[in-house]
Amino acid sequence: MIINNFRLYLSAALLGLSAVAWQSCSSPAEQAGGLPYLGERQLVQREVNGQQVTDTVYHRIPDFAFINQDSQVVTSLTVQDKVYVTDFFFTTCPTICPKMKSQMLRIYEAFEDDPRVMLLSHTIDPKHDTVAVLRDYADRLQVNSDKWQFVTGEKDSIYSIALQYMVSAMEDEEEPGGFVHSGAFVLVDQNRHVRGIYDGTDPAQVDRLLRDIPTLLPKKKKKDAGKN
Amino acid sequence: MLVKTKFLLYTASIVALLTLTRCFYSDKQNEGEQLYTQYCANCHMDDGSGLRNLIPPLAGADYLENHRDDLACIIQHGQTGNIVVNGKNYNQGMPGFEHLDAGQITNILNYVQTNFGNNNPRYSIQEVEKQLFKCRHLLEH
Repeated sequence: MIINNFRLYLSAALLGLSAVAWQSCSSPAEQAGGLPYLGERQLVQREVNGQQVTDTVYHRIPDFAFINQDSQVVTSLTVQDKVYVTDFFFTTCPTICPKMKSQMLRIYEAFEDDPRVMLLSHTIDPKHDTVAVLRDYADRLQVNSDKWQFVTGEKDSIYSIALQYMVSAMEDEEEPGGFVHSGAFVLVDQNRHVRGIYDGTDPAQVDRLLRDIPTLLPKKKKKDAGKN
Repeated sequence: MLVKTKFLLYTASIVALLTLTRCFYSDKQNEGEQLYTQYCANCHMDDGSGLRNLIPPLAGADYLENHRDDLACIIQHGQTGNIVVNGKNYNQGMPGFEHLDAGQITNILNYVQTNFGNNNPRYSIQEVEKQLFKCRHLLEH
């Protein structure tokens, strides 16, 4: 009987151990401290000193130009050399948007004083969400436009850039509010490569995003953050 | 052997009890919470805190007391325009949920009035039906 019990404990312990091992091995990229490059990649051949070299070209967000809540132009230059988190929403959204925005506020607060990190929210309902509407929305969220840009623009350009971020967004009369869109937060690095996609309605995934952002920031700051 | 049988018996009876109480308890008693999570929590949040100056809180909201007689119609038909909650202005439209019946609306209201630190009187279905009767002209069909 005692031996039986011991066996039971042993197998339980083994099971537990393997679960831990499985968890720690399932995200090798994170362990190595490097986030993956998401999206399609291309192999490009070029010649260096008479030798063929293959370069991997990662998916990159193309140039863009939108208008923000201050009626200022926001382009790819605005996010140059910055890590940014982006999402797609609309102000009259009766479903997941407020939850996304409450999670985005956590990121805002965590990096409020770090100019290397920005937030970029695109409206997918530019017809309703004019500059004035976005201004009012940002004011009511009590956030600063330098840190968190709410942008509008041509509907087609917004929907096509959503595809570049690998986020779904489209009109659908069947959906509450008239649009279907994902609640994704997309993490983009200084070179406009997509480095992570998170569910912006899930606090646990946003916790992970909060931990991932500093890994993209230059080393020096990372050490400081480690000390705190 | 006897011990084992006894243990089995206990387990079986506990399971049976749990299954039985589910019929009386979980499904109906928690309906308010379930419906709240499904229809309200996206905007008002799970803890009724709302969202900054965009979406009014339900937790500790004077509006729930001052407008007690309007709440059923607001849930059923939604609301637009400026409202004042705890001295602050809010102007985000709220969608209506016309498919909810008086019983479901009663459960939502009672959940809201007695959670998030709120301690307001409960509603009866009759009271909610009376409120809904006043705004029945807003029904689309």
